[in-house]
Amino acid sequence: MADEKQPDRAEGAPAPSSGGGGASGGPEGKAPEGGAPSKEAKPQPPESADETGAGKAGGTPPGKPPAKPAGAKPAAAKAAGAAKAPPRKPPPKKPAVMETEPWDDELSRALKERFGDRISEFSIYRDQKFLVAAPDAVVPIIEHLKLEAEFDYLVDVTAVDYPKKEERFEVIYILYSFARRERIRIKTRIKDGQELASVVPVHPAANWLEREVFDMFGIRFAGHPDLRRILLPDEWEGHPLRKDSSILNMDQKWVQENLGIDSGQ
Amino acid sequence: MPETTFLDANELVLNMGPQHPSTHGVLRVVLKLDGEKILGAECVIGYLHRGVEKIGENRTYQMFAPYVDRMDYVAAVSNALGYCLAVEKLLGVEAPPRAQTVRVILTELNRIASHLLWLGTHALDIGAITPLFYVMREREDILNIYERYCGARLTTHAFRIGGLQYEVYEGMERDVKQFCKKFLPRVDEYEELLTENRIWKDRLVNVGILNAEDCKAYGVTGPMLRAAGVKWDIRKAHPYSGYEKYDFEIPTRENGDTYDRYIVRIQEMRQSVRIIEQAVEDIPEGPIMAKVGKVIKPPVGEAYVSIEAPKGELGYFIVSDGSTQPYRVRVRPPSFVNLQALDKMSRGSLVADIVAIIGTIDIVLGEVDR
Repeated sequence: MADEKQPDRAEGAPAPSSGGGGASGGPEGKAPEGGAPSKEAKPQPPESADETGAGKAGGTPPGKPPAKPAGAKPAAAKAAGAAKAPPRKPPPKKPAVMETEPWDDELSRALKERFGDRISEFSIYRDQKFLVAAPDAVVPIIEHLKLEAEFDYLVDVTAVDYPKKEERFEVIYILYSFARRERIRIKTRIKDGQELASVVPVHPAANWLEREVFDMFGIRFAGHPDLRRILLPDEWEGHPLRKDSSILNMDQKWVQENLGIDSGQ
Repeated sequence: MPETTFLDANELVLNMGPQHPSTHGVLRVVLKLDGEKILGAECVIGYLHRGVEKIGENRTYQMFAPYVDRMDYVAAVSNALGYCLAVEKLLGVEAPPRAQTVRVILTELNRIASHLLWLGTHALDIGAITPLFYVMREREDILNIYERYCGARLTTHAFRIGGLQYEVYEGMERDVKQFCKKFLPRVDEYEELLTENRIWKDRLVNVGILNAEDCKAYGVTGPMLRAAGVKWDIRKAHPYSGYEKYDFEIPTRENGDTYDRYIVRIQEMRQSVRIIEQAVEDIPEGPIMAKVGKVIKPPVGEAYVSIEAPKGELGYFIVSDGSTQPYRVRVRPPSFVNLQALDKMSRGSLVADIVAIIGTIDIVLGEVDR
């Protein structure tokens, strides 16, 4: 492992002292979902080592003592590791935000004119356009796009959970226009418990998609004709795709009662 | 069931599945009947739910790749292609030309294999047993090519993020060319058995009609959309993996009934052969992996990438928080969305038709339920 690792690292640092590798498997394997791995699970070896400079790139892995060549001088290695510990925090952290470009074309201008500040952001990321709208503006925007701009195909409705934010859920609608050959995303952010209006009256395709979002996240859609769970059993407790629902804590009771088995977890 | 508040003497609620041979897995359909006429059909799904999206959040990007093969397990290569393209999009890399060409060959073979399996089982549902044996024979050839290429036949895990794991094996071009040469006459054979067959036409023509308007409204894509006359194929509309280099057509039909969808899929197999023949003639030299590194950590961001899977638009929406694991993986499965139109398609038809209509949607429950 150590041998494979080294070519990836800065060439200047042969790193004989500190058995190098072994870092990659451990910490990242269980990197938390939190988004900011900076706390305990230290940044990953290859890139960060490059950035922090060749001198320290010999990098001891955080938790692990030196591996095989350690026989040399464990104390020194340890010292090196300790000395390196402080600079580990500052290293040039990439900004933890999407590096988006502004989206400015006819369509976005028309929407801006029509909906004003109910749309807070027009962006492009990786050549994909998206806008962020107020929750109550979503259905009017989708309807407007369908009637005025030929966005006649609702590709997907889904959500992402950010438990640390106050507006916890980001609900995403993906729209496509056959005529324009264009795909856009509409995002909105809502709090836990806040209801969104259903887009089923505009796009019947949203029926099952919204049911799935409800099933997985517990987001309710007002005006949905048949808002029930779709993939999980009706009596299931909890919403599995929320970040606070771990695989280990799934509804054991239901499994025991209905399947007559103890979960293997 | 939408409105079952009262039943008059003629109305009957009939449960079909989940253990029913023509539901292609574990799909349960609750039918509301008036005599033999279907008044409504409600699908009950989720029997195969494994929480693929949740698993994705708990695996690294590479570790999750084998899981996607197990969604639409008869078109595992397509699933893998979509996933790899989505992660590559987030990373901002592109697979090298050689890898792209091999990907196209394997994916198109996969489309043929998927359509073949569909054809065999669909015909079996309708009562024609013979085609099943014919199509299995040809599908076997494709699976053999997969086996020689990567060691697996069904859930291949043939692609890696950034390219391919394996170089083309010696003689692969020969095998693929031989298959193409042999396959087209075989398609003629299927057509001889079915296309003008009186019973086949009686069972399919004007059954389960879904016109273009309804297709769009319900988000239905793939052969079902094309059978309704919409000439839309992601391989043409938004080419990926070098599809723009190949010369092929998008077969369409007008009626949007079950028979048209059969014709469209048959034609698509012929077009796939065309693509494969062009691709295999000219596999560029060069590396098969882009430089992605051993640890895959896309920058913070999100991307939606979709491909034309055999069943329709297969999309992946991935959110990265900059760590080695996806923050969220959303799969937009074509089967799931297409199945939604079952109620609309089956209203007014006869009980015997429901089997044809379920078959014509071409669902794989592993993908519907994920």
